[in-house]
Amino acid sequence: MTLLKVENLTLQFDTDEGRITAVNNVSFNLEAGEVMGLVGESGSGKSVTAKALMQLNPSNAVYGSDSSIVLEVEEGAIDVLSLKRERDMQEIRGGSVSMIFQEPMASFAPAITIGDQMVEQLMLHMDLNKKEAEKISIEMLDRVGISDAAKRFKQYAFELSGGMRQRAMIAMALSTKPRLLIADEPTTALDVTIQAQVIDLMKDLVADFGMGIIFITHDLGVIAQTADRVAVMYLGDIVEQGTVRDVIQDPAHPYTRGLLHALPRLDDLDAPLTPVPGDIPSPLERPSGCVFHTRCSVAEERCSELVPQMTVLGDGHSCACFVEVEKRGAA
Amino acid sequence: MSEKPIISAENLSVDFQISGGLLTKNVYLRAVNDVNVDIPKGSFYGLVGESGSGKTTLGRAFLKAVNISGGKLKYSDEEVDYDLRELQKKKLKDYRKRAQLIFQDPYAALSPRMTVRDIIAEPLEVMGLTSTREETDARVREIAAKCRLNLEHLRRFPHAFSGGQRQRISIARALVSSPNFVVADESVAALDVSIQADILNLLKDLQTELGLTYLFISHDLSVVAHICDHVAVMYLGRLVESAPTRELFRAPRHPYTKALLSAIPSLDPDDKGNALKLEGEIPSPTNPPPGCKFNTRCAYAIDVCRSEEPKLEHTGSAHEVACHRWNELFEA
Repeated sequence: MTLLKVENLTLQFDTDEGRITAVNNVSFNLEAGEVMGLVGESGSGKSVTAKALMQLNPSNAVYGSDSSIVLEVEEGAIDVLSLKRERDMQEIRGGSVSMIFQEPMASFAPAITIGDQMVEQLMLHMDLNKKEAEKISIEMLDRVGISDAAKRFKQYAFELSGGMRQRAMIAMALSTKPRLLIADEPTTALDVTIQAQVIDLMKDLVADFGMGIIFITHDLGVIAQTADRVAVMYLGDIVEQGTVRDVIQDPAHPYTRGLLHALPRLDDLDAPLTPVPGDIPSPLERPSGCVFHTRCSVAEERCSELVPQMTVLGDGHSCACFVEVEKRGAA
Repeated sequence: MSEKPIISAENLSVDFQISGGLLTKNVYLRAVNDVNVDIPKGSFYGLVGESGSGKTTLGRAFLKAVNISGGKLKYSDEEVDYDLRELQKKKLKDYRKRAQLIFQDPYAALSPRMTVRDIIAEPLEVMGLTSTREETDARVREIAAKCRLNLEHLRRFPHAFSGGQRQRISIARALVSSPNFVVADESVAALDVSIQADILNLLKDLQTELGLTYLFISHDLSVVAHICDHVAVMYLGRLVESAPTRELFRAPRHPYTKALLSAIPSLDPDDKGNALKLEGEIPSPTNPPPGCKFNTRCAYAIDVCRSEEPKLEHTGSAHEVACHRWNELFEA
């Protein structure tokens, strides 16, 4: 069942220096129980895309006229971008859609106990009295592997260690049983041993709850271990999309290949680290044609003039590159 | 190797006072605990560990940026031999130009109100290494070019630059006094992977060109595996293992190193990692466990591990490990 349908999402920001394009004509679907990774460098538009799903972008954001984000929830389909009132959005935020962030300290109010904050959210979104909400909160804390959950429930965020805090945030995000979870770099600030624990936990929870996850990260290793499908973003465009296996083991877009060549790999210590040449262009100076042509090693003349379309190469694997599509042949 | 190591630490400890005063009892936290380490000249020496392992404090101790509470610490190069614990005034000032630090966050490390030229020139002026403005400018331009900065950019302010360019400015600032020893503390952690590759290559090139010795502090084992020639692993203030990079990654001897390596997410979706997953978190350094510091999370801990602290032992030529059971646990 398709949980989320994003079509032609274009998102621009009005700034003093002019209108900049943060997300350009992006389309993707997410099935229930599926984890979709969104990868890209800083400034690629991955976080802005995710925030658009909950309309969390600042008020100077301008959405394209044919952009649509449709969320299938129990009550039926919701066209997120048509919700104009804050009140309508608030029902979705923390209810059918939850988000977890990189920095858990920023998600917890410093002067409210973790328990009170969880209870508040549950009572807002679900028809529960305080006692029931407390019970569910403590169960959730226990479920994410926090020992002595009843005691932690009464503590403040600063009293918990980093890994514990991340678990508590996941517990809070999942307590309302959201259909869609947006995870924005949830493991980036964690140590690698704690990261491994959180990744395992998230995999378990997907299996248990059957929700869909949009997983944003810059770490391709984390994506390989968590996601089913992945979309690679560059300067606001999705340039390649497919199963994790296809994209990482048989990358089609020159940018995806560039990212993989720049990555220090443990299975080949002799491989040189090759950066993608040049710098990511300023969003104020978006290149014409293919956005990547200024840094691309296989770019031809047409790449600077024409915009390549996402073309299906094979089972669920698609890529927006003239050269590569010709070489492989469209499916 | 007959040549003296550039940095040599013997039973080095660093304590921080966390509470206490006139009337209450002083409470100390031992951030670096009885560490023995030699950093050979010209090496790219990696130091890894989780947050709270003491890696940054050890790096700062080498720079004499924190007070050393116990043990010996020596620095030596072609010109001088310093006992860093005793170092005072004039000699300390001289040491500052021989040992430098590159920071993690290139956004926080650069003053927004100074031009790039002034940022790079400041150490020269503070240390009085150049006497005229022309001389300063020449030196700034020389090091900026080596760090692949566009010389046109020297008149601009840091806000105009991307993360990668800022990190090159930080590197130029650290290297302008011609140091021999450079501590790079998480210097690529805040960068995107492509820029990270670029900065790592730059550090390596500069090492060959300028004959530098690096202490490269990082939590990212894949980066360390690629760039360092020797790696030391820290846990709760202790050095638990130290070996040439290849050997450490091929045949780790300490259960903690083994667990760290297996926690790195593999790029192969079918490689689900192995069973050596660590439970729990690093204990608080204010209340470290008795015996081996790792025993609370170690799957192989036996009674002796809970009572006696293991010493760093040689297992091969340059491979050292601090574990009671290293010779029975893992095959080399």
